[in-house]
Amino acid sequence: MYYATTPRLSKEQADAFGRELDAIRRHVLADLGERDADYIRDVIRAQRRLEVTGRGLLFFSFIPPAWLGGVAALSLSKILDNMEIGHNVMHGQYDWMNDPELNGRRFEWDNACPADHWRHSHNYLHHTYTNVVGKDRDVGYGVLRMSEDQPWNLYYLGNPLYAALLAIFFQYGVALHDLELDRVIAGETTLDEKRDQLRAIGHKVGRQTLKDYVLFPLLSGPSAPLVLAGNASANLVRNLWAFTTIFCGHFPDGTVQFTEEETTEETHGQWYYRQLLGSADLTGGKLFHILSGNLSHQIEHHLFPDLPSHRYAEIAVEVREICRRYGLPYNAGPLRKQFGSVVRKIARLALPKGEA
Amino acid sequence: MMLPGLPTPLAPLRSPARRLLRSGLLEALAAPHGIDRYLELVHPTRSLRDPLAELIAVRRQTVDSVTMTLRPSDGWHGFRAGQFIRLTIEIAGVLETRCYSLACGEQADGQVEITVKAHPAGKVSRYLNEHARPGMVVGMSAADGDFVLPRERPERLLLISSGSGITPVMSMLRTLCAEDHGGTVTFLHYARTGEDVVYRRELAAIAARHPNVRIVLVHTREATAGRLAGHISRAHLRRIGADHRRAHTYVCGAPGLIAWVRATWAEDGIEQLLHVESFLPPSFTLGDAGAEGSVDFARSGERVLSDGGLLLEQAERAGLCPQFGCRMGICRICTCRKTAGSVRNVLSGEISGAEEEDIQICVSVPVGDVELAL
Repeated sequence: MYYATTPRLSKEQADAFGRELDAIRRHVLADLGERDADYIRDVIRAQRRLEVTGRGLLFFSFIPPAWLGGVAALSLSKILDNMEIGHNVMHGQYDWMNDPELNGRRFEWDNACPADHWRHSHNYLHHTYTNVVGKDRDVGYGVLRMSEDQPWNLYYLGNPLYAALLAIFFQYGVALHDLELDRVIAGETTLDEKRDQLRAIGHKVGRQTLKDYVLFPLLSGPSAPLVLAGNASANLVRNLWAFTTIFCGHFPDGTVQFTEEETTEETHGQWYYRQLLGSADLTGGKLFHILSGNLSHQIEHHLFPDLPSHRYAEIAVEVREICRRYGLPYNAGPLRKQFGSVVRKIARLALPKGEA
Repeated sequence: MMLPGLPTPLAPLRSPARRLLRSGLLEALAAPHGIDRYLELVHPTRSLRDPLAELIAVRRQTVDSVTMTLRPSDGWHGFRAGQFIRLTIEIAGVLETRCYSLACGEQADGQVEITVKAHPAGKVSRYLNEHARPGMVVGMSAADGDFVLPRERPERLLLISSGSGITPVMSMLRTLCAEDHGGTVTFLHYARTGEDVVYRRELAAIAARHPNVRIVLVHTREATAGRLAGHISRAHLRRIGADHRRAHTYVCGAPGLIAWVRATWAEDGIEQLLHVESFLPPSFTLGDAGAEGSVDFARSGERVLSDGGLLLEQAERAGLCPQFGCRMGICRICTCRKTAGSVRNVLSGEISGAEEEDIQICVSVPVGDVELAL
């Protein structure tokens, strides 16, 4: 639904807008090289070191500071693995390197969700049909009401509760995402048809559980309960952080959701326009951007999902300038402000009219 | 043949350590990334799965070639004379893989040799000629290829090569000499000038030491009295007294040389005695069939109208980045699942059935509609 104040582009303007963004894309593609390869390898090296450090410190979890340090290092490792590495590598941002370890179609991440399911629900559905209510399953994840365009019913009174649960168990929410359980409940499909997917999820969740909740605790002997608690805490920290940054990408005040009718016969330029209006950036320092997987540059990511994420900060300057010339909004703000407005929206949409 | 006194970063991990590293427990703990991704934090060449090699010597025998001695990491299972390895290096962030024939004899233990000639348009060959230095770590596959001497060495051998195609037959020659093979070996090599012959000094030494080995160097662009000149011909074969009808012949070199040998041996009805190694990009002419139909890249949801060209190139034009290596049908890195339709292999000319199978997209063109799992 467009707001009355949403600036519209004529088809010609949208075409010109698209051509300017295409030029940015071409420019970056032509410039890809050692700098990008070094960047992602540095991040991976940092993540693997944090992982080893975290697991190592947790062996000494009977010393409280070691437990805390272990949880911190392991949380950071999981955050980097899922966000700056996994999410971006799986987009194919580094496919041009021709490195099997960094190939978008093969990469597997430290997360309960099988990478193949993610590539379908995220890379294909979410990035193609961004913010189109009824098509983009990231609008509410089949659980929440995140747009006035979703008709209200009694179930949505629990909107804030569901959101809190989703945040806490986010990796499992993501793992189940591609199953479309809401469609199973609505009778549009059956679990039987999803048998292969269920098996893949079971396998991945099993491996992750075995590692975090059985093997590492058992190996640490008497500290097993502390290691188990430490690993659970690291997973929780990653879940909360991922939920927070991801929900700031498309739901803060000012972001637009669309209906299917509004997006039929969309041109290339209009697709860019929808990606821009449906996304919001977070402002912050360099470390903050890296820890958010550069999803803090959600606008740039949605315009160019397969460009290496560390380029987004550089591109953002040009994108902002183009938006200014076309009179288009560029939604950006600090985490506190953006997440605050997301929380208010979740609460507001629990009620029928969306009025608090 | 480990050189004493050198540091041995690639020394094999002791076997109990290795067993532990290979155990399912460690893989489960390192999931989903695998134990190698942690080993490389300790040392860049520590690896259980990725075969690597370290350059231990670099020398230049001609102005436009570089000869490198490599020490493979543990897990190297040796090779047969004539085989090639796939070498992988990173240039400007991109991993590039090329096939190179080994030039050393089979007796070389723990270190191998390749010679790479710089081609004007060759990204990797030029890079290696400019940047190869001892200490450099490269990816190196196990040896591969059917261009090998039979285990029972033939009594008469004719080895023909041109330019950088000398390497696999050099490996054969060195192997035979080290074995004190008593049979007749004729080594016929074509180069532009004497300066362009890579192993010239060693060849002279071999000829002096082994009376059963006849070495003939032909300069194609330089006429010297008493020496053969120009390209291969029946006259050359007669002049060197190589009884090619009775010898096992191994050929590696320029397309023109290979084409001539193939045609001549076919004329004489002795193709069964001929073995050819050819590292050539596929060249082919488009048939009428194939230029119609569509190519579906099922995983990425892209679909293009076929232009009849190589599937790898069509995929790249559609904006996809499929894995690739040699782009000439050798290394199989680009191998991908064909889920429907028929393709023609441009190297063999064979047209596949329509069933699901793995194909090499760098040397396959569609015949009608094709669907790939890309």
